[in-house]
Amino acid sequence: MSLTEPFDRGLVTKALGGTDQDPTIKTLTMNFGPQHPAAHGVLRMVMEMDGEVIERLDPHIGLLHRGTEKLIEYKTYLQAIPYFDRLDYVAPMAQEHAFCLATERLLGLEVPLRGQYMRVLFDEISRILNHLLNVPAYALDVGAMTPMLWAFEEREKLMEFYEGVCGARLHAAFYRVGGVHQDMPALMAEKIAEWADAFPKFIDDMENMLTENRIFKQRSVDIGIISPEDALAWGLTGPVLRGSGIAWDLRKAQPYDVYDRMDFDIPIGKTGDCYSRYLVRVEEMRQSLSIIKQCLRDMPAGPVLTENTKVAPPRRGDMKRSMEALIHHFKLYTEGFHVPEGETYTAVEAPKGEFGVYLVSDGTNKPYRCKIRAPGFAHLQVMDHVCKGHMLADSVAVLGSFDVVFGEIDR
Amino acid sequence: MSATREALRDLGDYIESKFGEQMDSQSLINGELVVTISCQNLLKLCKFLRDDSHCLFAQLVDICGVDFPERDKRFEVVYNLLSLKHNMRCRVKVIADADTTVPSVVAIWPSADWYEREVWDMYGVFFGEHPDLRRILTDYGFDGHPQRRDFPLTGFVELRYDEEQRRVVYEPVKLTQEFRSFDFMSPWEGMTPKLPGDEKADAETEGDKA
Repeated sequence: MSLTEPFDRGLVTKALGGTDQDPTIKTLTMNFGPQHPAAHGVLRMVMEMDGEVIERLDPHIGLLHRGTEKLIEYKTYLQAIPYFDRLDYVAPMAQEHAFCLATERLLGLEVPLRGQYMRVLFDEISRILNHLLNVPAYALDVGAMTPMLWAFEEREKLMEFYEGVCGARLHAAFYRVGGVHQDMPALMAEKIAEWADAFPKFIDDMENMLTENRIFKQRSVDIGIISPEDALAWGLTGPVLRGSGIAWDLRKAQPYDVYDRMDFDIPIGKTGDCYSRYLVRVEEMRQSLSIIKQCLRDMPAGPVLTENTKVAPPRRGDMKRSMEALIHHFKLYTEGFHVPEGETYTAVEAPKGEFGVYLVSDGTNKPYRCKIRAPGFAHLQVMDHVCKGHMLADSVAVLGSFDVVFGEIDR
Repeated sequence: MSATREALRDLGDYIESKFGEQMDSQSLINGELVVTISCQNLLKLCKFLRDDSHCLFAQLVDICGVDFPERDKRFEVVYNLLSLKHNMRCRVKVIADADTTVPSVVAIWPSADWYEREVWDMYGVFFGEHPDLRRILTDYGFDGHPQRRDFPLTGFVELRYDEEQRRVVYEPVKLTQEFRSFDFMSPWEGMTPKLPGDEKADAETEGDKA
């Protein structure tokens, strides 16, 4: 039975030995999750099934709700940064970037050029980290196991770069208001360049396994089609929007930091199905790789963090000699800096889509309100609309292609 | 940067020319356009912002609630819009309180569905004609609206698995240490010339006058 035809209940009834007057099948309400390997975390979906076809799908979220926004209201701006790692824990640095940009906009703070390059470099490393989890996890959802095992080896190498700059593999807390915490250690740039030269081979290998794979295509081509109009109306962003054929990328449209100096292309899909979203992500990895190489090539020398000591802490060496520096250090790590009254909505192109921070400041050292706009939240609410009329097994493919992580959806 | 500011200012004037008395205010804050409007005219404005050829805000990116308990009407509902065509952002604000019914914009942007549910869950702002206004992020059977400023950070109940009853039980929160919130509002940026407890400073200035 093809998906374009409406589901014919009569046929199935007859096949099971019943008649039209005596239907042997009735709609069944089914529970999916909250603990299910294909749910990508803790998602509960209540599905109303007509046989194996989904009639209604109601995602119940909030099982990982930790009250991040409320907690941030009780923390200083510096203390708020680590919470952003714990939203989308697959690509933590991209989230920190949004919060730092929002705070800098309220402060009217300039970031040194090398700091901007560092952020862009690690944004792109985060993007590859994210796609390296999502693409194979999606492949695993539709039945291919090997890419997952291969990709984790590559992720390990990238997380070593994370570890090299900030000491943590996952929850980095590396970006600061005014730049990044510290410069790369010696030889790090060479190591990244070496990895960047070797990585295209991995993408090719993975594509060999998946792109023309018959089973993979049967599970993803023409599944979960989203029209461009729907994608806009439902607030979809990132690879899901681009998969539907809309060339929109905040890195190009509203460039932040040094993205306006980077030369890269925005891949878009033609069909808007799960397969096109997969293709967009694979191509995005190649583009990210090109941005990483440009960053390494063009990165100037200089400070990575603003020299404004009312916002950024002084260097350890200065603190040994200067009383002023010691006072600044003490005040920054107890009281923190004050942010002028105001409000801003600042968004970045996170690997999953538009990640925005709506920050309201009342002039004190703590954010008055910090609303986090997670791309996955919008992606998940379109599930009902997309999955209606699909088979049960396709809902897993659609979910995988939306790239949901519950850290950011539940917040 | 200044070109986008200019475009936003023009757009703000354009919206004002179309709505005039019906809207409360429009202004540029930090280079971002903010339009404030009353509940009655919200739907009209939203439809205009989505469909007018100068606006074309096709995407509703986010709806956010903000709570100002000291105000007469304590809640702000903030709609963040994005126009892909003109590459512009716009913010629409509605003032509400717990008794106000804010009209739902689900019919204009379907993505508003979950955003409005979240604002209802977190702040208790009621959206009229919303198809399915349930709680979304909090627990089944949760009581209260946690993002309100007067809702304590620690909440009211905690839960644990009870070995004897063999189920999860809810209990009032027990804090082993009192909740601490430090007041850091010190005048760090500029010290007052007079140090606390320095009586002689006063005496000297008085002496000068004399």
